[in-house]
Amino acid sequence: MSEIYGIIASFKDTPDLYHAAEKVRDAGFKNWDTYSSFPVHGMPEAQGQPRSKVPVFTFLGGVTGFTIGTLMVWYMNAFDYPLIVGGMPFFSPVFPFPIMYELTILLAAFGTLGGMFITNLLPQHYNPLFNSSKFLEVSGDRLCIAIEARDSQFDRDQTRAFLESIGGFDIEEVEA
Amino acid sequence: MSTDSTDSQFSPERSALLSKVEPAVLEEQALVTNNRDFNWVTNKICKIVETNAPNWWWVCFAVALATASFTLVGLIWLVSTGVGVWGLANPINWGWAIVNFVFWIGIGHAGTLISAILCLLKQGWRTSINRAAEAMTIFAVVCAGIFPLFHVGRVWFAWWLFPLPNANLIWPQFRSPLEWDVFAVSTYGTVSVLFWYMGMIPDLGILRDRAVQRLTKGVYEGSSKLRQSMAHGADIFRKYFYGVLAMGWRNAGNHWRNYEMAYLLLAGLSTPLVLSVHTIVSFDFAVAVLPGWHTTIFPPYFVAGAIFSGFGMVLTLMLPLRALYGLHDLITQRHIDNMCKICLGTGSIVGYAYIMEFFIAWYGANPYESFAFINRAFGQYSWAYYIMFSCNVFTPQLFWFSAVRKNAALVWIMSILINVGMWFERFVITVTSLANDFLPSSWGYYSPTIVDVFTFFGTFGLFSTLFLLFLRFLPLMPIGEIKFVMPQADPHGHESDNGKESH
Repeated sequence: MSEIYGIIASFKDTPDLYHAAEKVRDAGFKNWDTYSSFPVHGMPEAQGQPRSKVPVFTFLGGVTGFTIGTLMVWYMNAFDYPLIVGGMPFFSPVFPFPIMYELTILLAAFGTLGGMFITNLLPQHYNPLFNSSKFLEVSGDRLCIAIEARDSQFDRDQTRAFLESIGGFDIEEVEA
Repeated sequence: MSTDSTDSQFSPERSALLSKVEPAVLEEQALVTNNRDFNWVTNKICKIVETNAPNWWWVCFAVALATASFTLVGLIWLVSTGVGVWGLANPINWGWAIVNFVFWIGIGHAGTLISAILCLLKQGWRTSINRAAEAMTIFAVVCAGIFPLFHVGRVWFAWWLFPLPNANLIWPQFRSPLEWDVFAVSTYGTVSVLFWYMGMIPDLGILRDRAVQRLTKGVYEGSSKLRQSMAHGADIFRKYFYGVLAMGWRNAGNHWRNYEMAYLLLAGLSTPLVLSVHTIVSFDFAVAVLPGWHTTIFPPYFVAGAIFSGFGMVLTLMLPLRALYGLHDLITQRHIDNMCKICLGTGSIVGYAYIMEFFIAWYGANPYESFAFINRAFGQYSWAYYIMFSCNVFTPQLFWFSAVRKNAALVWIMSILINVGMWFERFVITVTSLANDFLPSSWGYYSPTIVDVFTFFGTFGLFSTLFLLFLRFLPLMPIGEIKFVMPQADPHGHESDNGKESH
């Protein structure tokens, strides 16, 4: 038999998927995920996932933006080429505030998008799941759970039986 | 929120009173009507980009391109001759260019308001209009950017606005509000694109998966071999075009978890951003010492006006789209009601600001300030002031009546009047204060030239061209978010209402 990526099972509706996810979590699987074309409320808890790490990237981006904004204005207008304009100070925390503010938001936004990509391990244009016709139907109304073969508890027959016992149907092996 | 579960906690007096007055039960209107299922939503939205463009699309596209060419002509005329071809002359050196810039930037604000502020306020109805509104924001910023860019005169030096080292060894002057504006608008444009793109990733993934499904099936309907192979070729294009843009999105619970957090953060970042952008645009005026400009009311007044005009534009765009694509189950009367009410609210704020400006001009006892306002209402530009006042203050007040809100044609006409009024607001602010400033000997009267008219007229074509391309190639509505607000997406069963509100 060829190597497999994992086993994918479908579920009837959102409550079914949600409760099945709780059972997979409680059974102690680690390398698995739910698949639905919309975010399911409370699913991270049902999957036993921790809080997302994206805010860390946002914060780093924001701090970088604020620092760059402040230093840039100081360097350009007060240090490198001080120019007397309207009797105003060469540097103060007040007049460059819009620059500091906008750059904070700009880099925080880049940090957020980048953080989403990093935490989700994207871009990843190929994944064995894309070969499964059932998986592709998630874009319509199919709701799936896939347990990966690299999970330490994975066993071809037992995992299949387990997925069936928690209400899964259309159970298929996905080739690696 | 549900009354059944909370009734028992109230005192008997309250219950007795409630049973006596028999309060009307206000049912919440569904956000997706006619009990549609998930597949229907996916199909409805994807089909727009997967089927051949309807005839009206081609007609609109041709008209839009023809209109956009006016901007091109105007700009070529300007660059090859000089800024003198615009109607600017002392003392009025800020004419239509700045008016148009503020007008277009303002229109963009509704998109960010819908995608960011309404997201933070958990307004489920935003879902079916936010994508198109965000697209509108980006295209409006593109149109807005043209004007200051070419107003600098020698447009090939426009990059001096950015803090890049140049041959003169001089840096931009950060003590000028105009420089703040450069940062505000470019940040706004960039963050809007990021937000728009990130929101689209799951839908791009859906379009990719659907193309792959059809390719695997390999069956294409069509009257001839040529049509079939064209449909096949289009799906190959879609597989790679959407595939590359979707970045390998897999609709996984883990993906959604990080995505939702990122979305919330971007909404949180865009909220102060959108408020700051028009605030900084208003600083262009408010930091100057001209009577009529130098007021502290400007930032909130500009932001309210921007949201007002933006919602006007959203209505102008969405009402025809709803009819043309048959999206009545997704953009329901509830959506239109809410948009009209926001127009009413922000329009009333704008009206209040107009009146308050007059009060402060009198109360402040500054003769120049008083003159500036008397001049606005009764001076040489009073005609513009009356157009502005009637469109912006009286028009939205009709939205108090549900009969008006239910009349789509009337709402559409009013939404256009709102934008006419908002354009005139910027005209009145910019031109009246400059035309009649401190020295009567240098007063002037500003009129635009044909080049001004061409350039501005053409931006509507540019905007429409970009918007039509968006309709053609990108998902018009966020599929995942619409499904999220449908009862079937509730993990605790949609039969009981108690579960929905409890978390």
